[in-house]
Amino acid sequence: MSLSNVFGIAGSAMNAQSIRLNTTSSNLANAESVSSSEGETFRARKPVFTVQAPNEDDYAGMDTALVPGQGVSVSGIVESEAPLRMAYEPSHPMADDDGYVYYPNVNVVEEMADMISASRSFQINAEIMNTAKQMLQSTLTLGQ
Amino acid sequence: MAISFDSALGIHEDALLVRARRAEVLANNIANADTPGFKARDIDFEAVLRGELRGEQDRFSMAPAQTRAGHSDELIAPDFAAELMFRTPSQPSVDGNTVEVQQEMARYSDNAIRFQGSFTMLNSKFKGLMNAVKGE
Repeated sequence: MSLSNVFGIAGSAMNAQSIRLNTTSSNLANAESVSSSEGETFRARKPVFTVQAPNEDDYAGMDTALVPGQGVSVSGIVESEAPLRMAYEPSHPMADDDGYVYYPNVNVVEEMADMISASRSFQINAEIMNTAKQMLQSTLTLGQ
Repeated sequence: MAISFDSALGIHEDALLVRARRAEVLANNIANADTPGFKARDIDFEAVLRGELRGEQDRFSMAPAQTRAGHSDELIAPDFAAELMFRTPSQPSVDGNTVEVQQEMARYSDNAIRFQGSFTMLNSKFKGLMNAVKGE
């Protein structure tokens, strides 16, 4: 029954968006985590979304290029390549020999925008699930 | 005279199947609203409907030819994903994603209402059949 697939699809999207919210909150929490070397510094993390391929058994014998995906999956988390921010703070306990500390490459404005986008997408998918639930419930009352 | 469920229920039984399938496709579009490179898709309900009425092509001149071996004559072919189309976005995004969430949401709601419509028709057909069976 394809209506019950909608639950899986919307669920996968809600899961992906909550992973995105988690990375965002981790990035924001560590936005000021300084360190004394470039290698140790926290870097902003971003999830990578890909279309979840459909289950082969459900569409046996069909051209897979014509079958819609089955939601979204997080294929990995990548670290941002943006340059780190160096600050000259000789009095800082984490300062290196030259007096520099390294700040993470977290862009706070970008993270806030990401957070709003993720929470809106989450809401929309919850709404999709709700509508699918109503459609399914009404089919249960058929003939009554 | 025997009651034939196929002729009594008419098109709505199959329409519900297509509506449920379309809900799946639209939900998938919305789920992938943030996936780079994802192309939004949709089912052309009318095209499926014309395929569905192929068994009565004497009465419907617009009936198309059978293009796929799997297409059956009277029921909606389960592989009507062949009719899955790609959307043309009005505001394409830089990452190649063609999902416009507001539009998809509108189509999804529209689809759900039409599902309810077909369901109501089907339900009243069943009520009519029940009356016929009881003979009250």
